[in-house]
Amino acid sequence: MRYVIIGSGVAGMAAIEAIRSSGKAGEIVMIGDDPHGFYSRPGLAYFLTGELHDKALFPRTQDDYQRLHFKYQKGRVTRILPTEMAIELDGKTRLSYDKLLIAVGAQAMPLTIPGARLEGVIKLDHLDDARHILKFAKRGKTAVVVGGGITALELVEGLLARGVKVHYLLRGDRYWGNVLDLYESRIVERRLQEEGVALHFHTELAEILGKGHVQEIRLKDGRTMRCDMVAYAIGIKPRIELAHAAGLAVDRGILTNEYLQTTNENIFAAGDVAQVYDPSIGRSVIDSLWHLARDQGHTAGLNMAGERQAYVRNTPFNVTRLAGLTTTIIGSVGHGHDDDIVGIARGDSETWRQLPDAIVAQTGFDVNRVRLMVGEKTLLGAVVMGDQTISAPLQKIIRNKMDITPMREKLLARDAKIADVVVDFWTNHKMN
Amino acid sequence: MEEEVPLSFLNIFKTDSTKRVALSAGHVVPDPARCVQCGICTYNCPIGIDVRAHAWDGEAIKHSECLTCGECVARCPRGVLRFERTDLFTGGAR
Repeated sequence: MRYVIIGSGVAGMAAIEAIRSSGKAGEIVMIGDDPHGFYSRPGLAYFLTGELHDKALFPRTQDDYQRLHFKYQKGRVTRILPTEMAIELDGKTRLSYDKLLIAVGAQAMPLTIPGARLEGVIKLDHLDDARHILKFAKRGKTAVVVGGGITALELVEGLLARGVKVHYLLRGDRYWGNVLDLYESRIVERRLQEEGVALHFHTELAEILGKGHVQEIRLKDGRTMRCDMVAYAIGIKPRIELAHAAGLAVDRGILTNEYLQTTNENIFAAGDVAQVYDPSIGRSVIDSLWHLARDQGHTAGLNMAGERQAYVRNTPFNVTRLAGLTTTIIGSVGHGHDDDIVGIARGDSETWRQLPDAIVAQTGFDVNRVRLMVGEKTLLGAVVMGDQTISAPLQKIIRNKMDITPMREKLLARDAKIADVVVDFWTNHKMN
Repeated sequence: MEEEVPLSFLNIFKTDSTKRVALSAGHVVPDPARCVQCGICTYNCPIGIDVRAHAWDGEAIKHSECLTCGECVARCPRGVLRFERTDLFTGGAR
């Protein structure tokens, strides 16, 4: 039995662990086109700010890899040949498989305006991108950042930490409008401004100008601005090309059933590239969240090893730092469309952007803020900014769809101290 | 008499008395769902414990050399780690 895994991210790694945990002895080959193999891509943000060395981004040692007993091969898969049950590597050699996992993730949506190929136009997708950014990000330089969501802000903060003057361009009237509410957006924006970031609303990049490298940008309204680099994070795109060319069913991601199986029974998909059927809501969704990618990889691995285990999608949840503020986003919290992001953003879930049929309860001031989406009997979502004391209880209350009847009225009372109400509810629950 | 102060990563460094409570009767516990394996915890551990590996496995850092100094708890950008008090008589968390 040969298991082949395309992609060296967390979904692939979790799949290998799951195959081994099931006691299967077959051969496992992981093939990755990232020259650095498995490392923490979310951690790149902290490498940019200088909080850790890039060598620290690698969670596994050679010993760990030997224990899992798999072969890692650097290379690019150029074709999947389902009828022959083989893959083609670098357009030349072939490797047969019995079970195949596609876990190639997603990549940054490209910037398509004139000048986008000039030196100094940067993105944050891989370790090489982060190293590349640091070559440009010198004190006294000026950068323009475009895009919304988490990655754009990581670029802003990383550049700022390196002493770069940052202009952050937003097409709409506020930051990350499809997930955060107005107040939360304003908190983030104000903190950025206090750190010296120049925010430009209703501003759209039209063209990047320069001789070989970035020297200036031109906006849609005709204004120009001098700068040394342009950083973009306008969304991500699942890397579905291989699967599509192989005749597997794809939509925006590779379509799988709840067993992470594609339309070919021997081929599975997991992580940012997968659009997974969720029986509880009756449709297929893309989550671009690290821990869900790990869960998916794990389930895919078990199923590749011959078990029959359905993937149970946990409530989408992410913790991130927005302008220095730890922020937890759980379940459904926002709505609709964001001018700055095309599709989904890294570290984002489609569920976050559903319009919940809920009443909003909120509390807090400036840096400590809680917003709850209160449903009929359950909490549907929450945003916790700053103090994270109640984010762990909220995670459980939302994830387990706990009956909130005992606190619902108190939550919706005028001027309710909702953090206290939640803590009381949780304490009572724990005691009983 | 030392006053009992609830332990959390936000107030753990506020008083020496709190810190002593943690030092004597606590350990660091991860929430794996929040962790992205960035490694800031391991990178900052003064005695080189691989805190990140514990977080991947969802295991408390019950390492004989752990000083419960709190570096990992304070530096984690995603609030993965927290102190939990250990009941010294039963060995479990309370």
